[in-house]
Amino acid sequence: MTAPAGQGTCLVVDDSRVVRKAARRILEGLGFQVREAGDGAEALAACRAEMPRAVLLDRNMPVMDGIAFLRAARAEFGPDRPVVVLCTTEAAMERIVEALEAGAQEYVMKPFDAALLQDKLIQAGLLPDPAA
Amino acid sequence: MTPRSFAFIAALVKSRSGLVLAAEQGYMLETRLGPILKREGLADFEALAERLQGPGGHRLAEAVTEALTTNESSFFRDGRPFEHLRRLLPGLAAARGAGMPLRLWSAACSTGQEAYSIAMILAELAPQLGGCRADILGTDISQAVVTRARQGRFSQFEVQRGLPARLLVRHFRQEEGRWQVAPDLREMIRFERWNLLADLRPLGRFDVIFCRNVLIYFDAPTKARVLEAMAAQLAPDGVLYLGGAETVLGLTDRLVALPGERGAYRRAGMAALAG
Ligand SMILES: C[S@@+](CC[C@H](N)C(=O)[O-])C[C@H]1O[C@@H](n2cnc3c(N)ncnc32)[C@H](O)[C@@H]1O
Repeated sequence: MTAPAGQGTCLVVDDSRVVRKAARRILEGLGFQVREAGDGAEALAACRAEMPRAVLLDRNMPVMDGIAFLRAARAEFGPDRPVVVLCTTEAAMERIVEALEAGAQEYVMKPFDAALLQDKLIQAGLLPDPAA
Repeated sequence: MTPRSFAFIAALVKSRSGLVLAAEQGYMLETRLGPILKREGLADFEALAERLQGPGGHRLAEAVTEALTTNESSFFRDGRPFEHLRRLLPGLAAARGAGMPLRLWSAACSTGQEAYSIAMILAELAPQLGGCRADILGTDISQAVVTRARQGRFSQFEVQRGLPARLLVRHFRQEEGRWQVAPDLREMIRFERWNLLADLRPLGRFDVIFCRNVLIYFDAPTKARVLEAMAAQLAPDGVLYLGGAETVLGLTDRLVALPGERGAYRRAGMAALAG
């Protein structure tokens, strides 16, 4: 793999600290600067304070869930910013369609590993395609 | 495994499929062939070598060869050839017109991801192809992967590798935790068992050939032979795509790289035709 360069900031939104930590490790390895939020409301506040390039977003969270965050973010910041990658155990087709319609750029079904996340970030246009 | 049995099995597999097994792959051979020993009630690889030479050895040789193929694949693998195909297809379709279907071949298709990726591109480009129809053929030496490719059923892990979520929801249905390719896409593709070392002429003429990540397993004379046989099946304005670690250089002069492209080739002497 090429040496990770600055890929910008990725906000990891998940109510599990363990998951946030695992995601952070992978994302930092891919060259992202990582910030964390424990639910959608925290994430929205973090975006208002400083817009991240990307958001890795869990679905089921207390206070404000992933879809509610996504809808709020799209209403407030528009369709392209930040790039949102859902990352959830919800793997039903309707859930994926719902997320895409709400404005997510990509969708990761857990469990995932570093290779899969990297692949999805490439598909979301957040990382250069190594084959290109 | 004794060197003798290894040499016998390696020679058999190479003559049947072109796959070259190096001496240091003895361990891989043992793990991959273990299930066959068990199923056939054979004590060891010496017994297997013996059985392969006896009556019914042909069928067993087929199973041994299949077991030693590497079937790794993913959707839109290596991106680049598929980007090129997107740019290529409108021109090809215009050249053929509505009466002549485009013919595309995934020549070592494994479990079908490559052929389905091509089908998704054709579905996406349909409005620009002016009613030109397209037929996709997927072939592989292994019956097991051809059967899986025909089913078009993939795991959650497989549909996340290389496949954007918007294409997943457009072209797949969810069935009991597996992802099933939708009928309209499946209808575009025929999957057949075919050995690349066999006569390729019965397959007919192709506008596009994907032959990726299979020549790497062959020695140079076998690569050259397969490349020349494929060149003969390629339309004058057609394109052949090879894998990232594969080339025609030093193997054949019947194929030349498209200017400025990596891994995309056309027939030699056809410069004026390939846009
Ligand atoms: C690594 S897969 C490549 C799949 C796909 N083309 C890709 O690039 O993702 C290689 C495939 O080549 C097949 N293969 C090996 N030798 C062959 C032969 N002589 N004729 C046809 N297929 C062969 C194997 O069965 C295997 O499925």
